[in-house]
Amino acid sequence: MTIDTIPKTDAKKAPAAFDVERIRKDFPALSLSVYGKPLAYLDNAATSQKPESVIEAEANWYRESCANVHRGVHALSVRATAAYEGARRKLQGFVNAADAREIVFVKGTTDAVNLVASTFAKSRLDPGDEVLITGLEHHSNIVPWQLVCEERGAKLRVARLNDDGEVDMEEFERLLSSRTKMVAVSHISNSLGTINPVERMIELAHARDVPVMIDGAQAAPHKRIDVQALGCEFYAISSHKMFGPTGVGALYGRLDLLASMRPYQGGGEMIRTVSFESTEYAEPPARFEAGTPNIAGAVGFGAAVDYLLAIGLDKIEAYEEGLLAYATEKLSAVPGVRLIGTARHKAAVLSFVIDDVHAHDVGTILDQEGVAIRTGHHCAQPVMDRYGVPATSRASLAFYNTREEVDRLIAGLAKIREVFGV
Amino acid sequence: MSDLTDLYQEVILDHNRQPRNFGELVGADHKARGHNPLCGDQLNVYVTLAGGGVIEDVRFDGSGCAISKASASLMTEAVKGKTLADAETLFKSFHELLTGDPSVHAAASTELGKLAVFEGVREFPVRVKCATLAWHTLHAALSGDTERVSTES
Repeated sequence: MTIDTIPKTDAKKAPAAFDVERIRKDFPALSLSVYGKPLAYLDNAATSQKPESVIEAEANWYRESCANVHRGVHALSVRATAAYEGARRKLQGFVNAADAREIVFVKGTTDAVNLVASTFAKSRLDPGDEVLITGLEHHSNIVPWQLVCEERGAKLRVARLNDDGEVDMEEFERLLSSRTKMVAVSHISNSLGTINPVERMIELAHARDVPVMIDGAQAAPHKRIDVQALGCEFYAISSHKMFGPTGVGALYGRLDLLASMRPYQGGGEMIRTVSFESTEYAEPPARFEAGTPNIAGAVGFGAAVDYLLAIGLDKIEAYEEGLLAYATEKLSAVPGVRLIGTARHKAAVLSFVIDDVHAHDVGTILDQEGVAIRTGHHCAQPVMDRYGVPATSRASLAFYNTREEVDRLIAGLAKIREVFGV
Repeated sequence: MSDLTDLYQEVILDHNRQPRNFGELVGADHKARGHNPLCGDQLNVYVTLAGGGVIEDVRFDGSGCAISKASASLMTEAVKGKTLADAETLFKSFHELLTGDPSVHAAASTELGKLAVFEGVREFPVRVKCATLAWHTLHAALSGDTERVSTES
């Protein structure tokens, strides 16, 4: 009857072996068929599939606990508030924040970047100041900074990539100056899979007292995150990339900074007192959660955290490393295939182009074989420009993917060569 | 009939490999740039008109998938020497072939000639934009709309 029906399993007590077949049974979508063929879902960087426990947590919230939060005195409202705040504490644990008030529920990573850009950064940027990002960023970690720079007369600086898809750290360091007021970098690139040396980036930025925001959308499903160890000022994640519902995410912000920031949006919930003359804002995180939040989504998000921790992120990372190595070897051996993004530290993302075959055709033919991948620019057009390609095909793996599915991708590529005669 | 060979017919693969009328038309009096943001396809269509509104020459360049490239190539062959009005009618029939009621377009397919090879695209709705990009761009070039054409607009 209560919200916390998802068994909390200590990662240390999880079974020693990584049983991918057992894990796959937790995800209803993984047993789907398309065009009469079993689905091989290799588009996890776009969004991930959801385990039964997440689907049930969200559905059960609607069945048994649906009421608004922080408002009513009645039983359901109390239950809803407990579930929502319980989810916040789960997210606190997930990123290892020191205080639950440092977790702001947002719509997703994009929303979080916009929040920080238009409140925190906006108040600190003067004409001539600079914001530093990298050449790897997703549009969502470019455009919000462009908007605020334009508004404040500030300048966006971009640290270039080397041929392997790694940020040129010498240039990154060189671009940090007394004019730099903000650094925003992705933890893991969505288009190439590069794992950025964020520890070093934060260290370099902090040496010049520059605050850092990390876009962790792609890192959360693959890696253990520890914002206290990182020491970053802000860290953003999206629920849907990490096996939770769409439409919800979390922004970690250091408490003293959140407390000093103006609200992002006005409305109910984010105030202490309101009169027509003036309004006193609520303390964080409520200050940044105007209006009725995505309560069911947050509850499902919490269930996704439980699920991931029960399996154990260290186990996930180790399994995916093996899968990535296998896929990289197989893919590299296909004639005419060129991998884009060969960083030394990589997550399980394989971006590639095939000689004389456009990514869109690759996507259609693989789809007919039951293999779902992403084709296009992956909301990272500057990355495509860097490598002189209009688009790539991208297979992005999760811990529920198998070597057999990688084999089906490779077999699908043979089919493409057959159709196109290349 | 969503078989791959219905989509990637030999004629389409041939025009993808060796696009006809490919490359800039120097001295074109009409041109437009088409863009499909979904997949990054970009193509330019160039037209020279003769007296009486006849398409004297038409060429294209750019990058795109097999469907968009073959469609542009076959389009240039189909509209060269035609009047503007005839080219517009052909575009309508072509669009009907890809998106309309199959029982209606059967009659139109005779006038479409080689363009009928794109019939298989109707079974792949996400690819319809690839096949129509060149036509939208041609339309923009001829109607003097020199702004970039986007399949998402």
